[in-house]
Amino acid sequence: MKFVVCGLVVLLLVIHQDNWFWDNSHLVFGFMPIGLLYHAGISLAAGATWFLATKFAWPTDLEVSASDDAQGGDSA
Amino acid sequence: MTQLIIIGIYLLLLLGLGLLASRLFRGTSKDYMLASHSIGPFLLLMSLFGTTMTAFALVGSTGEAFKEGIGVYGMLASSSGIIHSLCFFVLGVKLWSLGRRYGYTTQIQYFRDRLESDRIGLLLFPILVGLVIPYLLIGVMASGTVINGVTEGAFTDTFAAHDYGIPKWLGSLVICGVVLVYVFFGGMRGTAWANTFQTIVFMILGVVTFFVISSKLGGLEAASQAVLEKHPSKLMRTITPKERETYQTSLKKWQAKAVAAYSAKNGLKRDLTAEEKQKALIAQDDRVAAAGVKLFDSNGKALSLSAFPKSNAWPKKAFDKFGSKVGHPNELLVPGDPTKGKKWTRKKALGVYKAKSWAPDEPHTLSKLKFLTYLLVPLSVGMFPHLFQHWLTARSASSFKLAVVAHPIFIMIVWVPCVLVGVWATSAVIDGRPLIASHFPPNAVLVKMVKDMTGPLLGGFLTAGILAAIMSSLDSQFLCIGTMFTNDIVVHYGGKDRFSERQKVLLARGFIVAIVAVTYGFSLLEPRRVFTLGVWCFSGFSSMFPLIFASLYWRRLTKAGAYASILAAIVSWVVLFWQSKFGLNPHYDVLGMMPVATMVASSTAALVLVSLVTRPPSEKALRRVFGPPGG
Repeated sequence: MKFVVCGLVVLLLVIHQDNWFWDNSHLVFGFMPIGLLYHAGISLAAGATWFLATKFAWPTDLEVSASDDAQGGDSA
Repeated sequence: MTQLIIIGIYLLLLLGLGLLASRLFRGTSKDYMLASHSIGPFLLLMSLFGTTMTAFALVGSTGEAFKEGIGVYGMLASSSGIIHSLCFFVLGVKLWSLGRRYGYTTQIQYFRDRLESDRIGLLLFPILVGLVIPYLLIGVMASGTVINGVTEGAFTDTFAAHDYGIPKWLGSLVICGVVLVYVFFGGMRGTAWANTFQTIVFMILGVVTFFVISSKLGGLEAASQAVLEKHPSKLMRTITPKERETYQTSLKKWQAKAVAAYSAKNGLKRDLTAEEKQKALIAQDDRVAAAGVKLFDSNGKALSLSAFPKSNAWPKKAFDKFGSKVGHPNELLVPGDPTKGKKWTRKKALGVYKAKSWAPDEPHTLSKLKFLTYLLVPLSVGMFPHLFQHWLTARSASSFKLAVVAHPIFIMIVWVPCVLVGVWATSAVIDGRPLIASHFPPNAVLVKMVKDMTGPLLGGFLTAGILAAIMSSLDSQFLCIGTMFTNDIVVHYGGKDRFSERQKVLLARGFIVAIVAVTYGFSLLEPRRVFTLGVWCFSGFSSMFPLIFASLYWRRLTKAGAYASILAAIVSWVVLFWQSKFGLNPHYDVLGMMPVATMVASSTAALVLVSLVTRPPSEKALRRVFGPPGG
């Protein structure tokens, strides 16, 4: 599933370059420029992709317990 | 005056919030700088989002959409939705984990350990602070513009030179003061609370603004249809033949006017030579060609007018021409005759002069290559020092999940209305006249729309929303530069036990005040387009993304490779920024690409090549980052 999530992120980056709507001024629903609607859709698709990432590709090994706190560094 | 009162109440509320947060302050620098790692998912989402959405998102996106059209959303909003969350996911969670284990508060502490180099801090510190300053500048400048614009006419006698509203310098100063106070008292906890509160405020009020403005323009459909009829190019990323033709016609008219004015001024009754014609255009556009400066390129083609700087004398010319109409914006232009309208503000006189005298705005097509390379700009969040600090405030790794998922959707909620309002502004008409003329300052478009299309009460609330977005970034940036100075310079070189906790907090505050004073000084100089300045600042941070990424995922990254990468990034940034006339040319590119592409390519190449030919890092340093937790 991790590979599917990676694939979806790559797909988002590819379809972000929407050459097909470059010179299209059509207004969807009478007010929404199609190029803007398409990219708003990309934002929603990104949210969905990241949701899948948190479900299936979350790095659980990085969780830190209180006992692991601050073993070094020169933090104030 | 109503707007001013509402803004004042809002600022007082923020101060109260900071003071409330200070009651929970535990007295330690860790609590002041990282809220003792107590921030849960919701506060983390709101503070990360509020921090990344600054004046750039509201004021900048509206202004840029007004100038360039809907392409601005794809350039930075939808790309940020993908890239920002990617950075939270692949960098944020891992850095949070390392920060918790090894007690890091700043990026420099992490890099010192990872690269086994003490001096990397001395190189990175001035670069990071230097790049945060333009970012701060965006907020400081925009706050002054917003407050001045919306309070026009609030006073009867005072501030006449500022259209009877709060002067920009005073507005910026007050905002800096308020943010400083709640950051000082509340530290990171106060900042996170204020960010959450302000993010809610600006998201709700942003949506309200959108519907109020659309309603004033006759509804969503009417507002967009007007753009389709007058400026269809703003609804796509190319220029229609009709609009190009319209531009060429107005350009020819303007050139004829320039030639006539030049001939009359110099008593010439013959056709002008090519040189005289070029001088006529330069003069009409209020530009200056210093003696000896070339007017033509090596092929004998006239240089673009943008090659010549604007003259400082044009405001005086504007007031000589329209000064008689300028006065208090609440008074009638002709006493007793409301049909003639009200007196003009100084801004309006300048605006009308520019629209009537200067060359028409040339419409621009957005290049596909430039659009593609814009994808690199949001990588900047990987190296923002204030975001690093916010990441470390998280209570647990899973606190990041909500931010990773909701961030792109929140961006959409804020940016779509702003972009539409900016596009509508190009064709909005009130009482038969265009609401906004050509050459209108892009930074002021949103404020103009809010002021002219809403009542004083709603206008006040909406302005508070805009200021909320600005302040929710300034606070984190203020805090992070104080934290970096204290941890990376003072404590690191002065010794961990040399200063008490109270002294550390005081030092952080002192440095914050110094940097804010410098930034405020810069804000009083000539303003740049918020969007352009933002893109340059983000590009600088993006150029260091390869370093942070390689440090976490490439064992072979060496100290020398890191130095080479940082130097390549900053040298390319300085050279390109200089070539763009310090951001004054908003359309500057390198081989048709955004300058950020050159910067990222340079820093990546230097990082890889130098790392491969230098000694690999020690196992001990690598184990810290690549070993199992607790290893």
